[in-house]
Amino acid sequence: MAGTRMKLELSHVVQGRSRLGVLKGLGKTGQHSLEVPGCLLYTHFGSVPHLTQDTLHYLNKLPSVTQVTLSNIAEHQDVLEEFKRGFRKFAGLHDTVLYCSLHDPAAACPTGYTTNKTVSVWGSGGRLELTVAKFMALQKTVQPDFYQSMADGETWQTNASRKRVRKSVDRTLAHLDECLLVQQKSQQPQAVAQPGKTPKIDCMAANQMFLCTMQAPPAQSTDRAPQELDGVEMFGVVEGGDILEERIRSARETAKRPVAGFCLDGLQTGSMDQALRTQMITAVAKELPEEKPRLLQGVGRPDEVLACVEAGVDLFESFFPFQVTERGCALCFRFDISPDPERAGRAPPTVLGPNEEEHAAGETQQNGDLDCDDQTQMTCFEMNLKDKRFQDDFRPLMEGCGCYCCKNHQRAYLHHLLVTNELLAGVLLMIHNTSHYQSFFGALREALANDKLDLLKKRVLGDGGRPTERRE
Amino acid sequence: MVYGIVSRRPSPSHDQLNMAEDGERVDGINTSESGMSLKKVLSGASPLSLKIIAECPVTKARACDLALPHSTVSTPVFMPVGTQGTLKGITVDQLESLGCQICLGNTYHLGMRPGPDLIEKANGLHGFMNWKRNLLTDSGGFQMVSLVELSKVTEEGVQFKSPYDGKEILLTPERSIDIQNSLGSDIMMQLDDVVSSTVKGPRVEEAMHRSIRWLDRCIKANKNPNKQNLFAIIQGGLDAELRKACLDEMTKRDVPGFAIGGLSGGEEKDDFWRMVTLSTDHLPREKPRYLMGVGYAVDLVVCVALGCDMFDCVFPTRTARFGSALVPWGSLQVKQKQYAKDFQPIDPDCQCPTCKNHSRAFLHALFKSDTAAMHHITIHNISYQLTLMRSVRQSIVEGRFPEFIRTFMKRMFPSREQYPGWAVEALASVNVVLE
Ligand SMILES: [Zn+2]
Ligand SMILES: [Zn+2]
Ligand SMILES: [Zn+2]
Repeated sequence: MAGTRMKLELSHVVQGRSRLGVLKGLGKTGQHSLEVPGCLLYTHFGSVPHLTQDTLHYLNKLPSVTQVTLSNIAEHQDVLEEFKRGFRKFAGLHDTVLYCSLHDPAAACPTGYTTNKTVSVWGSGGRLELTVAKFMALQKTVQPDFYQSMADGETWQTNASRKRVRKSVDRTLAHLDECLLVQQKSQQPQAVAQPGKTPKIDCMAANQMFLCTMQAPPAQSTDRAPQELDGVEMFGVVEGGDILEERIRSARETAKRPVAGFCLDGLQTGSMDQALRTQMITAVAKELPEEKPRLLQGVGRPDEVLACVEAGVDLFESFFPFQVTERGCALCFRFDISPDPERAGRAPPTVLGPNEEEHAAGETQQNGDLDCDDQTQMTCFEMNLKDKRFQDDFRPLMEGCGCYCCKNHQRAYLHHLLVTNELLAGVLLMIHNTSHYQSFFGALREALANDKLDLLKKRVLGDGGRPTERRE
Repeated sequence: MVYGIVSRRPSPSHDQLNMAEDGERVDGINTSESGMSLKKVLSGASPLSLKIIAECPVTKARACDLALPHSTVSTPVFMPVGTQGTLKGITVDQLESLGCQICLGNTYHLGMRPGPDLIEKANGLHGFMNWKRNLLTDSGGFQMVSLVELSKVTEEGVQFKSPYDGKEILLTPERSIDIQNSLGSDIMMQLDDVVSSTVKGPRVEEAMHRSIRWLDRCIKANKNPNKQNLFAIIQGGLDAELRKACLDEMTKRDVPGFAIGGLSGGEEKDDFWRMVTLSTDHLPREKPRYLMGVGYAVDLVVCVALGCDMFDCVFPTRTARFGSALVPWGSLQVKQKQYAKDFQPIDPDCQCPTCKNHSRAFLHALFKSDTAAMHHITIHNISYQLTLMRSVRQSIVEGRFPEFIRTFMKRMFPSREQYPGWAVEALASVNVVLE
């Protein structure tokens, strides 16, 4: 299919599975790239939770790809249709690649609402049912750079029957074919007769729109006809629940279609244990072409990320730092394997006093079962700043972290903001957690480049292969 | 615990007993004497200087440079309120880049959580919240009277039950200053006996006299007179005689600045502006005048004309939470359906980050998805208040403040008939006639 400019250039593959590389040719003119393994920037309606553009840009090294979800956007379709210049401009996003997925990975999605012809998304106003036509109409108003094809992903529940899983694979392939058809139709006349195709009234409206809005160079509104999908790329969705044959069939069939990459769905945290997830991903990865990226949906915990990268995943959604923030916690797991302790975010461990050792021990029990399915529960990769022991702790969240929060504020202040329910707590935690998580991915790539993945795993998971307790 | 805790019978070891004696000793005629003697001691020592840059030749408005320990504040100034040592989701860097030179912290809230000892350990409230510019703290008394139901005012102080653990707590003038000393604010407020502005009769007079006595106790209790400025609060309700008496007495003390208190509490606007203008008539020219709890745009402009320099109000930040954006023509309710497809910024002339990046339609939609929507409006509203005061100052400096007022009113109200009567009258009293 014409227009598939996105290309994954692998520089290193460890043990035939873990992939290091650069996803190139992103964006309308192909000028953007994204290092893999990597993650997308998680947003609510194009806005990183709690952050404005000022506070977002305290973070350096933001992912070049921003993720938005139809569950946020669908209810505003009429607004975007009237706006005409795509979601990126609507949200005031500037130099970023836009990826549009179906569901919000951090929000619960009730099951039982898919049919042969429709899937449902849940926005603030409740459920919205999408047919392929509606789904594609939405994509035309969003104008992302790439998007997840419509999919029936309701098989993550452990009791999904083989029949239901097979149906989900079939439906998802049918949706994909329909989506591709609409996409092709939208592209072909585009090149031939663009001026004639766009009614004059539309141009007028677009120009008027520009006059009463801000700061968009006029060229932008005319360089492509509004609400078409030329140059927009699609990711096919691999389903198959926890049934190996279905996973393989889904991967094989999807790989035959002209998609730019693959979303691995139905493998999210809570749906299965990591051993089974690894098995599924490994099998799927064998069926997928090397040069196309694999985006794993709904997995964000560092231990699971590591295992999934080992199984062949390239991309993740970065909702995990948001979930950590929402429970008033700060990421504090260590990933420093560089011998040079001067590196940002990788300072040597502070020696703990006997008191703190006790606290840390207490925390082990508190954190509880790692295999817990509850995504809202605290993991051992974070510390709970609401804990009373932080009320007079004047250290930064994490010694050596170079983020805005750690450079400017102390644990005691964060504790105070949390116990007084102040909004700044979410802002500062989101900054630190996002920064920490991005640095973790940086360390992961560095480990892959230097064949030190085992060392990184040891550092993140602890010697027993289980995540370490916090040692700040 | 934070404030001095009073058991059913005050324990003799507690320092409140001494304070109570102080309170009695300074009662009555002695008050003025102790005030006079303090004047000598403190004269010239206050860590504040006020340089009058320009005075409006028509109204009582003035533009000053108020030098405070952490930076110089250009007045007239609006001070945003950061109750808990934070400003509604805004970082200190954002606040700084909006041009804010001074903001408020609430002694009552901070004294309760995290408590003065902890804040002192964190190098004061500046260190705790990492704010490099000036801070003003209130006395804590107002919150107590307004927030806590079971408060009782005696000569010793304000007694109340902690809303956190139900313990009886006594806030004396000494304790208030003690806490504010721990917070390390650049401007501290005296503990005053707050009576609702709608109360009349002997209670108002009692409160006025008590506030004078408490002022003297506060002055005496200030451990950092070289680093922290203590402002007196003029009381006297809506009674011109009482206000005048309070002004006469308090201006005998050499405090670094004065606040006009006991207003903005639901009184008639006609009474409000008359008390304000009476106060500024009798306050010394060389000291800053702070009108407490006032923050609506019209009130700000009118009260600058009446001679006030400093203002604070929770309204601009509180109202942002509900999607109410302040604009030169009043306010704009971003959450209203009419803005869903409105692709203009909140105020096309506003230079704030929100208006430069986002449309009303986007903010309208974002309110359904994330709390960042509130932050956007908060930023805009603070920017609106600070920009308004900067334009006011500019017009005073350039000698065209009366003109500014007329333009401002025209923009704010659709027609002359909608100008509030009190504002027209108040402005006329300072020679500004609105056509
Ligand atoms: Zn927030
Ligand atoms: Zn940090
Ligand atoms: Zn603005």
